[in-house]
Amino acid sequence: MGTATETFYSVIRRQGITRRSFHKFCSLTATSLGLGPLAASRIANALETKPRVPVIWMHGLECTCCSESFIRSAHPLVKDAVLSMISLDYDDTIMAAAGHQAEAILEETRAKHKGQYILAVEGNPPLNEGGMFCIDGGKPFVEKLKMMAEDAMAIIAWGACASWGCVQAAKPNPTQATPIDKVITNKPIIKVPGCPPIAEVMTGVVTFITTFGKLPELDRQGRPKMFYSQRIHDKCYRRPHFDAGQFVEEWDDEAARKGYCLYKMGCKGPTTYNACSTVRWNGGVSFPIQSGHGCIGCSEDGFWDKGSFYDRLTNIKQFGIEKNADQIGMAAAGAVGAAVAAHAAVTAVKRLASKREDAGHNS
Amino acid sequence: MGIQTPNGFNLDNSGKRIVVDPVTRIEGHMRVEVNVDADNVIRNAVSTGTMWRGIEVILKNRDPRDAWAFTERICGVCTGTHALTSVRAVENALGITIPENANSIRNLMQLALQVHDHVVHFYHLHALDWVDVVSALSADPRATSTLAQSISSWPLSSPGYFKDLQTRLKKFVESGQLGPFKNGYWGSKAYRLPPEANLMAVAHYLEALDFQKEIVKIHTIFGGKNPHPNWLVGGVPCPINVDGTGAVGAINMERLNLISSIIDRIMEFNEMVYLPDVAAIGSFYKDWLYGGGISGQNVLAYGDVPEHANDYSAKNLKLPRGAIINGNLSEVLPVDHANPDEIQEFVVHSWYKYPDETKGLHPWDGITEPNYELGPNAKGTKTAIEQLDEGGKYSWIKAPRWKGHAMEVGPLARWVVGYAQNKAEFKDPVDKFLKDLDLPMSALFSTLGRTAARALESVWAGRQMRYFQDKLVANIKAGDSSTANVDKWKPESWPKEAKGFGFTEAPRGALAHWIKIKETKIDNYQCVVPTTWNGSPRDPQGNIGAFEASLMNTPMVNPEQPLEILRTIHSFDPCLACSTHVMSPDGQELAKVKVR
Repeated sequence: MGTATETFYSVIRRQGITRRSFHKFCSLTATSLGLGPLAASRIANALETKPRVPVIWMHGLECTCCSESFIRSAHPLVKDAVLSMISLDYDDTIMAAAGHQAEAILEETRAKHKGQYILAVEGNPPLNEGGMFCIDGGKPFVEKLKMMAEDAMAIIAWGACASWGCVQAAKPNPTQATPIDKVITNKPIIKVPGCPPIAEVMTGVVTFITTFGKLPELDRQGRPKMFYSQRIHDKCYRRPHFDAGQFVEEWDDEAARKGYCLYKMGCKGPTTYNACSTVRWNGGVSFPIQSGHGCIGCSEDGFWDKGSFYDRLTNIKQFGIEKNADQIGMAAAGAVGAAVAAHAAVTAVKRLASKREDAGHNS
Repeated sequence: MGIQTPNGFNLDNSGKRIVVDPVTRIEGHMRVEVNVDADNVIRNAVSTGTMWRGIEVILKNRDPRDAWAFTERICGVCTGTHALTSVRAVENALGITIPENANSIRNLMQLALQVHDHVVHFYHLHALDWVDVVSALSADPRATSTLAQSISSWPLSSPGYFKDLQTRLKKFVESGQLGPFKNGYWGSKAYRLPPEANLMAVAHYLEALDFQKEIVKIHTIFGGKNPHPNWLVGGVPCPINVDGTGAVGAINMERLNLISSIIDRIMEFNEMVYLPDVAAIGSFYKDWLYGGGISGQNVLAYGDVPEHANDYSAKNLKLPRGAIINGNLSEVLPVDHANPDEIQEFVVHSWYKYPDETKGLHPWDGITEPNYELGPNAKGTKTAIEQLDEGGKYSWIKAPRWKGHAMEVGPLARWVVGYAQNKAEFKDPVDKFLKDLDLPMSALFSTLGRTAARALESVWAGRQMRYFQDKLVANIKAGDSSTANVDKWKPESWPKEAKGFGFTEAPRGALAHWIKIKETKIDNYQCVVPTTWNGSPRDPQGNIGAFEASLMNTPMVNPEQPLEILRTIHSFDPCLACSTHVMSPDGQELAKVKVR
């Protein structure tokens, strides 16, 4: 039985990655970090000789829902991710060491794996009170964050806190909680929003990097396109009821029991970009709309400050309605709530119209 | 030289000061400082919550029906229990009743949370304080198998199973990349398990990691996702439809069967793995009975899991309710959340300001104005703390007191109250556990007792889930499929002003929210949470809180490796994001104060 440790390189070769792609990844990483061509070969050398990619997982102001979500991953099992795919060398929530023995790992990682580790950040730094609304090792968390970001290969912003600010940054944001891309501006940051993100999306992002040997393609807001380029509404299994004008009017009414559309109950599916309606949650068991409650839009920037979760969509400014479904997109500019209502109404009217036509034909 | 506290501890800070920051394997951020004497015995303990988020001010002026979602984000670990507390508070304020099915479903969700939290806490946050992972490498897999089979009939126990696991572990350790096990205190004399028991425990660490993701599927079915399932004022959001049109998208036979199969697995895991493991590990630590703190004196439980909907009186609650003072188990005192003289919070040693800091405030009248300053004897600077001064302000946690007493809350508190009330379902398992380990009743008041109470409670909770699942099915069978009451859903139907409270038993202890509603918006919202009780700093009288008390007089094998501190602090399952969320009724002013 082989006793040699598998390197990062051998792991990804085993996944079917060619040597050429591997080198492309190294130069891409070097370029995205603003380093020269020499750095690419140094990174390649490091990954060929260094085993699993070290991951440092830090916690700012947060509720730990992202970590909790991560450990729910069914494929891969989080056990396999942590034992075989990455080297989770620092994570306050599960690590054995504490105090100075824990802090020592950060120093060691910076020294030994400079430019080669992934920094995963859950939560965000508060900047009020000199940063002392989040004290870590006697110092403001933001200092530790900046220190570890300096030598990271890439940074993953886990969840809505790190990506947008989330609940502690909701108005009036008393601690001045700040998304991490506002304090770290010189590194690539992959945003994986959600409160929390779906477990398999989280492990999907990590294993994408190790399997395909590149960083995932990101949208303009820094989110992986593979999971965040479609709205919940686009792939919602209740969408036919929306199009048919069949809505839940009241909790637990007959329409609710039949699984009609939750738009009138405040569902934010039409303005929320996430994979809930496709990947679903906790091993594909369900997702919020399937369980009977509307989407609250937890992966969107500032979702806490867009009115009640039970208000019908109004005042959602950054929303662009689909262009070809109905001929109302242009007229709806700047009044999205009305647009969605119109969209619903138009499809309902169309349905009625076609019914009437049918009726006409029959008579 | 020492200071005698009113609650019976002699604090001596003349020895060497040890600082543990960050305390890991908890939720949130925390720091502990202790003084040890020449024999490395802890003679002074200072525990500090080192984060603050301000959720309650953020809640001001929002729709009370949304509050569950905000407060749920206080904690992603005990996810849902704040939401349940919040919908209860709003329902209490507005006089909203919920259907019987909603009560059963809420209980199933709350109980699933208890089990999930206890399992993850024991195996993933606490076990490494008792289990030496590296020692497992030298175990004889055959002997491990014999050990495992002697304590339980759990099928994953063959010599081959343990050998394969050990091989994988060896490969992992030999890689030189220990991941989360890096820099642990492996080899310390504070560890007492033989290698075989260590190997068995590591196997169960990994099995529990796989299993916990199944438990939460109950939340996914009823609430759409976990963490942070969805809740609803007036009931639950999931409709029931067992055989009509669209039943396939509601709570139907398939969903009920899925829940039922998860409950079976929960009961099996609790009874065949979790509780036997705690007993087995405990048998090697039964002369390490430190960490009792104030658990033998003052404990508090609010009670939870209502048998019938809308009745929150002690007799209708399946988890016990009441307070015990000065160790008098023969008298369980009633608790009243609405009485301004019972629950009060103090800030004399917390980073907040009160008009008069000698007095406490009831949560309905709570004020939280941040005031970050270090005491005169602190070392370092305001943004680089070397040592705190417990004589001054030193924590983002307030000090809640019940009738002036520092109280311990949590599984041990609940089980002590149930025991004192002579309830067989609490008393008998405790007596059996102690008898099996040949320990006296007094041994319950320890770090080990706290850990055991959690395991006993997980077993209890699994059985209760079976009860409420059957009850739900019977009620549907009887023709009731109602899940929500919408009579007062619309804000137009609400009074101009209202106030209320809601309480639960979170996995880590008594939790309550207090709400004031004015003109259909939240006027004031206050939460007093389990870790605020347990992790409280000193109060104006000098009483120390449960964490600090529990560390007192514990001998350390090696103060440079703070295993004993972690072991006892972890036994409370601390949740610092919960304890340090607190915020004032007047948020606008506060925000102004803090902008610089």
